[in-house]
Amino acid sequence: MKEFIKGIFKENPILYYLLGMCPTLAVTTNAVNALTMGLSVIFVLFFSNIAVSVIRKAVPNQVRIAAFIVIIATFVTIVDIFLKANFPALSKALGPFVPLIVVNCIILGRAEAFASKKGVGASTMDALGMGLGFTITLLVMGGIREMLGTGSFFGVKFLPVFFPKFLVMILPAGAFFTLAVLVAVHRAVLTKPEM
Amino acid sequence: MNYILIFLSAAVINNFILSYFLGICPFLGVSTDLKKASGMGFAVIFVMALSAVATWTIYHKILVPYDLQYLEYVAFILVIAFLVQLVEMFLKKFVPPLYRGLGIYLPLITTNCAILGFTLFMVIRDYDFFESIAFALGGGSGFLLALLIMAGIRERLDSADIPAPFRGAGITLVTAGCLALIFMGFSGIMK
Repeated sequence: MKEFIKGIFKENPILYYLLGMCPTLAVTTNAVNALTMGLSVIFVLFFSNIAVSVIRKAVPNQVRIAAFIVIIATFVTIVDIFLKANFPALSKALGPFVPLIVVNCIILGRAEAFASKKGVGASTMDALGMGLGFTITLLVMGGIREMLGTGSFFGVKFLPVFFPKFLVMILPAGAFFTLAVLVAVHRAVLTKPEM
Repeated sequence: MNYILIFLSAAVINNFILSYFLGICPFLGVSTDLKKASGMGFAVIFVMALSAVATWTIYHKILVPYDLQYLEYVAFILVIAFLVQLVEMFLKKFVPPLYRGLGIYLPLITTNCAILGFTLFMVIRDYDFFESIAFALGGGSGFLLALLIMAGIRERLDSADIPAPFRGAGITLVTAGCLALIFMGFSGIMK
């Protein structure tokens, strides 16, 4: 249980470890994309952590990274084909960022730092916690950017028309600014600034 | 002319870091001083150009003829990892000064999403062989450019008085945001 909770808040993969920044910044232009990305990462992280944990004693140390990457790439291919078949519009919107989960440092990082050392049970909880922490952060970012940038949430308009829209929020620059503020808030609330 | 357009577009207008968000991890990690930044930047250009040649050939000469496109991701990431390893061994043996210069940045490149991302864009946009190389050189140069600018700014930031929660990652992201805004100005070059 401890492994589960830590990933969500204290050791949030994005805000604390600064891992997986590329998808975080790229797909959070709206909440739907963010949620899809988050769920895909949970799926890949969950199965690759289990697989890595199961084979951790059978794989020689020198080739372990290559083995991890092949495992991860396999699950990513599954997700990609699934999205293409069932949600073609979403798959198009996310573009190359679904296949890029292969090199998402969160997944390789957890495989190397956690699943290759611990048992299957702990690795599963770690994957779920980290995945959820990632998804929540993505959703918050996507929500903020969508609301401020277009005045809607999950595609539903809720702000009156006269409310000014910050177009910059859905542009690349807005992604950097939003993440900067989230990192700062996370640090101010949960960790004491190192002096 | 086409090649120049692809090069320019990849280097400044659709800068890999500032508009596609590819390669953010090394961008935040090694942009602390100019020397590291240029080492990383050149290593990326080098590996990108090589992997353009390798992945283009593999995709169009092996995967497509045998209808194996679904192996694309597994094949590409293995090719990149293999290539990085090969380059590392080659440089260590034959060009030791360059190896020492790039040294620690080479292995890091395997998990640099700019490389895999660029190979995927290459396939999606259906570039031919030479267009792919132009795209690789442009993307790599853009990466180097963004990294150098960022490192220059961060060296100055060391002496600035920043609110505590924003120190480190926070202020770097704000700076990157400003750079992204500035680079948007380049989009006027091309219609």
